[in-house]
Amino acid sequence: MSSLYSTKTRKRRGSLTRGFDPILSAAVVGLLIMGTLLVYSATKAWYASAGLDPQYYLKRHVINIVIGIALALGTTVIDYRLLRAYTPVIWAAGVLGLIAVLIPGIGKSVNGHQAWIAFPGGFQVQPVELAKISIIVGMSLLLSERMHDGDEPSHRDVLSALLIAAIPILLILLQPDMGTVMIIGASVVMIIAVSGAPSRWVVGLLLLAILGGFTAVKVGVVKDYQLKRLQSFVNPAADPQQSGYQLRQSRITVGSGGLAGKGLFKGPQTNGRFVPEQQTDFIFTVAGEELGFLGSSTIIILFLIIFLRGIRIARRSQDLFGRLVCIGVVAWFALQAFENIGMTMGVMPLLGVPLPLISYGGSSMFANLIGIGLLQNVHARQRG
Amino acid sequence: MNERSRLSLLVTQTLIISLMLALLGRLFYLQIGSGTKYKDAALSIQSRDIVTPATRGLIVDSSGVPLALNRVGLAVTADRSILDKQPDKGVGVLKKTATLLGLKYADVYLHTRLCGEMPKTVQAGCWTGTRYQPIPITKDADPSKALQIVERADLYPGIDSMPVAVRSYPGIDGVNAAHLLGYVGPLTAADLASVNGAHYYRSESIGKAGLEYQYDSYLRGKPGVRTVIVDRQEAVTRQSRIVKPVAGNHLVTSLDVRLQAATEKALADAVARARAAGNVADGGAAVVLDVKTGRVLAIASYPTYDPNMWEKGLTVKQASDLFSEATGVPALDRALQGLYAPASTFKAVSVVAAANAGYNMNGTYSCPASVQVGTTLFHNFESRAQGTITMRDAIAVSCDTIWYRIAFDEWLKDGGLSPKKNAHDYFFSAARGFQIGKKTGIDLPAESSGRLADRAWRLAWYQQNKNYYCNYTKRAPKSQQTAFLVALAKENCVDGDKIRGGDAVNFSIGQGDTVITPLKLAQMYAAVANGGKIWQPTVGEAIETTDGKVIARFAPKVIGKLPASKSTLTFLQGALRQVVISGTAAATFSGFPVAVSGKTGTAEVFGLNKNGSKKGNTSWFTSFGPSENPRYEVVMMVSQGGFGSDISAVGVRHIYETLFGVVGNKVVPGKALFPSGPPTALPRISPTMKTVTTP
Repeated sequence: MSSLYSTKTRKRRGSLTRGFDPILSAAVVGLLIMGTLLVYSATKAWYASAGLDPQYYLKRHVINIVIGIALALGTTVIDYRLLRAYTPVIWAAGVLGLIAVLIPGIGKSVNGHQAWIAFPGGFQVQPVELAKISIIVGMSLLLSERMHDGDEPSHRDVLSALLIAAIPILLILLQPDMGTVMIIGASVVMIIAVSGAPSRWVVGLLLLAILGGFTAVKVGVVKDYQLKRLQSFVNPAADPQQSGYQLRQSRITVGSGGLAGKGLFKGPQTNGRFVPEQQTDFIFTVAGEELGFLGSSTIIILFLIIFLRGIRIARRSQDLFGRLVCIGVVAWFALQAFENIGMTMGVMPLLGVPLPLISYGGSSMFANLIGIGLLQNVHARQRG
Repeated sequence: MNERSRLSLLVTQTLIISLMLALLGRLFYLQIGSGTKYKDAALSIQSRDIVTPATRGLIVDSSGVPLALNRVGLAVTADRSILDKQPDKGVGVLKKTATLLGLKYADVYLHTRLCGEMPKTVQAGCWTGTRYQPIPITKDADPSKALQIVERADLYPGIDSMPVAVRSYPGIDGVNAAHLLGYVGPLTAADLASVNGAHYYRSESIGKAGLEYQYDSYLRGKPGVRTVIVDRQEAVTRQSRIVKPVAGNHLVTSLDVRLQAATEKALADAVARARAAGNVADGGAAVVLDVKTGRVLAIASYPTYDPNMWEKGLTVKQASDLFSEATGVPALDRALQGLYAPASTFKAVSVVAAANAGYNMNGTYSCPASVQVGTTLFHNFESRAQGTITMRDAIAVSCDTIWYRIAFDEWLKDGGLSPKKNAHDYFFSAARGFQIGKKTGIDLPAESSGRLADRAWRLAWYQQNKNYYCNYTKRAPKSQQTAFLVALAKENCVDGDKIRGGDAVNFSIGQGDTVITPLKLAQMYAAVANGGKIWQPTVGEAIETTDGKVIARFAPKVIGKLPASKSTLTFLQGALRQVVISGTAAATFSGFPVAVSGKTGTAEVFGLNKNGSKKGNTSWFTSFGPSENPRYEVVMMVSQGGFGSDISAVGVRHIYETLFGVVGNKVVPGKALFPSGPPTALPRISPTMKTVTTP
């Protein structure tokens, strides 16, 4: 039985790469290559001037990508329909990670977020990135596993799906990571909408989000610095030293690129480290300055291709579970990319989320590539 | 897939497409739509210009002796961006620095204040630059004290010391020439906003007055600019542009250091003599011109000041003294800016006017003690009644009454109080011909034009003051409501728009509202001496590069011709020689071995001094020599100095003694300054002559 299983898998893997969406793969590889160059450019001059290895970030980023691709391929090995069986485990692992990160001694705080788990050897994991997958897969399962014969999820299905999402979301709120909460929240609404659930749910959830955001500010769940960030988005002069500075520098850096940019590795703003966190949250400014409109619009178009391919896969999916997983991944990527790129250009508030597939960061890169793996998995199993 | 699900998928897809299109739109707006704006913003964040000032060119006299050069000084500077952050705003550190350097704290405090921070009244000596430059407390610190500051940086946070180029006026042969040379200083916001503003760099010093200002564009050179790209920590990441400084060019002037020094000394002595004789003598001026070329050989103004005091660090007292009445307003260049009634020196104009009106210059005229004009009796000022004398003698003894008659007659012929439409106005047109009321056009800033009180001026003056004089009893302060002044005001109200007989009479002897500068008088008499050419006096002769190439020459221009016939000028020259032979200047020049010509002038000044005393007379002497072939024009004026013959003529004699090498009553061979006239060839400023000397 086990030998049979393994030959079957090998056989399947052979057909698997053929089953991948080549356009999706090409777009993802394109973004990964661009991201690698941008991370290298963002850190090369900085590390060189400090007398450190200028390729430090480059090497680690490439390792992250290699591990991420391995994880993505691993994700595609097992038929996603079989994956359903593991969903509770995935979900529980995500929640456990989020709990662990809050425990002093295990979790580590960076930039005001209790978001990291440090392993010996300088290895760090951000459970929130993997929790995103847990939520998407968990919700999709509950919304597609019908306990009844209806064509659409019942109120009970929706409620239990919401509960599945709410537990990790609450844990993320405690870190606190408002950016991720908002992105996951919006993804949740999109998953429920596509699941065919009564539209009352969608409308109600949107209202709840607005109300929740309002009370969060009132009650004080939203920290002072988060408010400042939001204020400085509306009025950059409100906090000129910190977030206002970042937003202004970031906008100037993108704007100074012009049509063709200053050339890769040649951006004076980038090399002068005028934009903080440039290899992670503000990576898009490197593209803006050094690659100009031509290069940075390429990134946006590659993202759009990934999203359209993802929605196409969702539409063609054999079953609701596959469709919801795909929509979840697309919504997550799209909202996160929009928030991140919008932030660097001053049209979205500073929330501190990485740019999918491009920003430096292991956990994020792993989660992103697992997400892509899920899309390819569903694509490989659809007919025609 | 149910319908709702399909629809939701479509909505999701549309939403995502529009989000991405929104990003593309914003990206287009930032990078293409307003790309240059952000490019400029980025550049200003990243680039810093480091300006190395160019070595300023020398100013030399006609034989190459330096009047202005550069040397290395040790500047002690304050960094306001550090001082302001100290709990006491840097007071303690500045006090300690003042004590170390032996300066007054008040001076140090003022030097380190931006001018904008100080009230208008106490701004002299404040810093005209910005807060972000090192502000010099002094540029001439004692090296051992400067070293203490550098070594004990912990004791003097925000204070630094560095070698800087200091503009230096070496005062060779005791020459001062402060008003001529001017000074250099840091750029002000006003300089940056001016027409030349675009050529300046923030940390540059520029010429602020005198020749330093006039020829700044040549002298300044081009500062070196190193543009560096910096990172967020202000660490230099790379150099984007290096422009090496180009040293300024040298200015060759027609001045002569020895003559300038002698002129200054003669003037100071004249003032001292006037004071010893009991006069106020609040100031004076002397001018020496080359009548054949229009070049300026020397100009002095008294009182003067040390031209080096700006670079040493002006003290509060020095700054206020410059403009203080108590010290005689040394900042005022009396040669170019002082306006005085010309008095009898004006008679050169009157002779030309009378000759043009047809009066016989070889005839005889009666010179009574006084002449009745209307209801007023006009007296001779410098001379008594002389009976009937020749015109030549009338000039020599400076008879006024002749001119009262002629001027009054001409005024009547022109229609008196109801002037004819085509009045001859011989006196006014002669004065216009001498260019009275116009600047000489000398190549120095801030020259006054003087005033020609002709009919047009009178009318303009009346329109401005009519209301005041017609309401005098209401408007004037009580102290000025004397019977005489009230009567005068009434007169001015009634016919103040017209030239009255008294005005015409006053005009002919250089009294009244017509005023000129000493330089103007020199220009006028130089024209008499050279046969009628009015030169635009010029100090700058040429610009030489540091390797001796002449890149510009400034040739004086003839800007007019005296409105006098050859015979009139010949007569006038003879009459002016007679002044020195037998007239008002005869005693002063008795025994002088070189024939010179001249004219004394003693101008009455209306008004009171601060202490209530009546203003003293302006003492004038204008002259040229040698009489047979005039080459030099020499003018001296001492304000409130007394009689022209007593004070100024003696001063002018001293200047001639230096010029011609006269000791006692003898010309000493080889002692004359210019045995064959002022040098015509430009001096070679050899490359070995250092533009920067070390102390």
